[in-house]
Amino acid sequence: MTPPALELDGLEVGYGAVSAVRGLSLHVNEGELVGLIGPNGAGKSTTLLAIMGALPIRAGDVRLAGTSIRGRDPERIARAGVALVPEGRRIYAELTVEENLRLGLAGRRERAGADADLQAVQDLFPVTREVRHRQAGALSGGQQQQLAIARALVARPRLLLLDEPSLGLAPKIVDVVFEALAEIRRREIAVLLVEQRAQRTVALADRTYVLANGELRLVLTPADAADTDKMVAAYLS
Amino acid sequence: MSAFLASFFSDLRDPQVQIDAIGLGAVYALMAVGIGLVFGVLRLVNFAYGQLIMAGAFSLALASEWDWPAWAGIVLCFAVVLALSLAMERLVFRPLRLQSPAVMLVATFAVAFLLQSIALLWFGPLGKPAASLATLNRPVTVGDVDIRKITIVAILLSALCLLALVLMLARTSLGLQMRAAAMDFQTARLLGVRANTVIGAAVVISGLLAAVVAVILTVQFPLVTPGFALQDTIIVLAGVVVGGMNRLLSATLGGFAIGYVSGLLSGALPTDQSQYLPSFVFGLVILVLLLRPGGLFTRGAATVERV
Repeated sequence: MTPPALELDGLEVGYGAVSAVRGLSLHVNEGELVGLIGPNGAGKSTTLLAIMGALPIRAGDVRLAGTSIRGRDPERIARAGVALVPEGRRIYAELTVEENLRLGLAGRRERAGADADLQAVQDLFPVTREVRHRQAGALSGGQQQQLAIARALVARPRLLLLDEPSLGLAPKIVDVVFEALAEIRRREIAVLLVEQRAQRTVALADRTYVLANGELRLVLTPADAADTDKMVAAYLS
Repeated sequence: MSAFLASFFSDLRDPQVQIDAIGLGAVYALMAVGIGLVFGVLRLVNFAYGQLIMAGAFSLALASEWDWPAWAGIVLCFAVVLALSLAMERLVFRPLRLQSPAVMLVATFAVAFLLQSIALLWFGPLGKPAASLATLNRPVTVGDVDIRKITIVAILLSALCLLALVLMLARTSLGLQMRAAAMDFQTARLLGVRANTVIGAAVVISGLLAAVVAVILTVQFPLVTPGFALQDTIIVLAGVVVGGMNRLLSATLGGFAIGYVSGLLSGALPTDQSQYLPSFVFGLVILVLLLRPGGLFTRGAATVERV
């Protein structure tokens, strides 16, 4: 049996006296799209940043396809095939759209095929081609979000981490983002999706973990998406 | 007083004074870029930049003492300045990278005075002459203006270095990564940009520029002392702050502007008043900072975070 694309094993992350994430274990198999939901402050973004090596891990382990990446620098983890679409997009407002995309190439393991991948990503998000010479800061929120996802994809990641990609977007744009996520899943990239839109995430994902107060509360399947009681209970428990 | 002002302003328009001022502005612009590049990726004001130039100048002086040909002296100067830059990065900047900007600034003060003391121990307070390139001090006559060759060399060399740097930053993927790291280092690392690569590149380019400045300044001021380039560095730092520290372009323009203004003032002030030059220059600096604290060449408000 092949090891999961991502495996968290008893993860503890935190700065001060209290850990923001406590004893979190979860896994994302190759080709799976897995959701991570929970109220504000539950530790979702903290988990993603810890996977990327941007926050210190106190205990537990992070394994990529069976190999521990705990303690590595963010750039090494990115180059090992993990791409993050960060909270708030973190687009370089003063750079052009194309320059932002090309920055994503920094995370590639090999140079070969970079141009082809750039083309393919621009096909998936045509807006990144249409306005490629414009300053990214001049784009709408929805366009910036597409650019952030596109920038992560040009790195040809094995594992894609998304931090609330639908935050602050108009409903129509949210549809675009979720369609893109479905397309990414078809490309056999393992995805860990942090979201506030619980119902939609549970319906889309192979499996959704519910996090509250830094701890895992329960695991939901797509069948639970229609079960309003269970969804509400997941948040209020 | 009015006679003084009249001669002052007519001297300002003197083409000779203008050319020399542009030459000084060009050298200071290079120094500003050297300081600004490292500041961009490390948020570190390298006060020891002048001592890199001083070390390069002493290399040229030693080479001329040993009767090395001029090219060999220049090679030695580049080698010494580059080695020293890399050592500074590895031994001081890198271990302190996560500390506050204040800690890093004080550390570079310490490095600056350490290097200056070493120079004092090795070469004494009187310094050494660097004579191999002295012929560049001879003037060429253009129309009815005498221009020292080194002034022309300084302007061309600076323009060439700045052009090469702009092309590198705009066209190469390393340049793109350096720009991104200067804007948001954390995100750049999350995208896979290697911190050590962009910092190393900034330190190396900054060192190369310091070596170029060392060559130009030793021709203009052939007596190399342990305090060589110290005052220039302080003036350039003021210029960089005046121009706007958080962007390379505004920092460079600030460096050029303060060099140009210093050049004009030193050309136009009567010789017996020239000791007041720094007072005039820094008076202007204070005035500009009071009126535009975010920088002369920046738009919008300054970000406090990027001290």
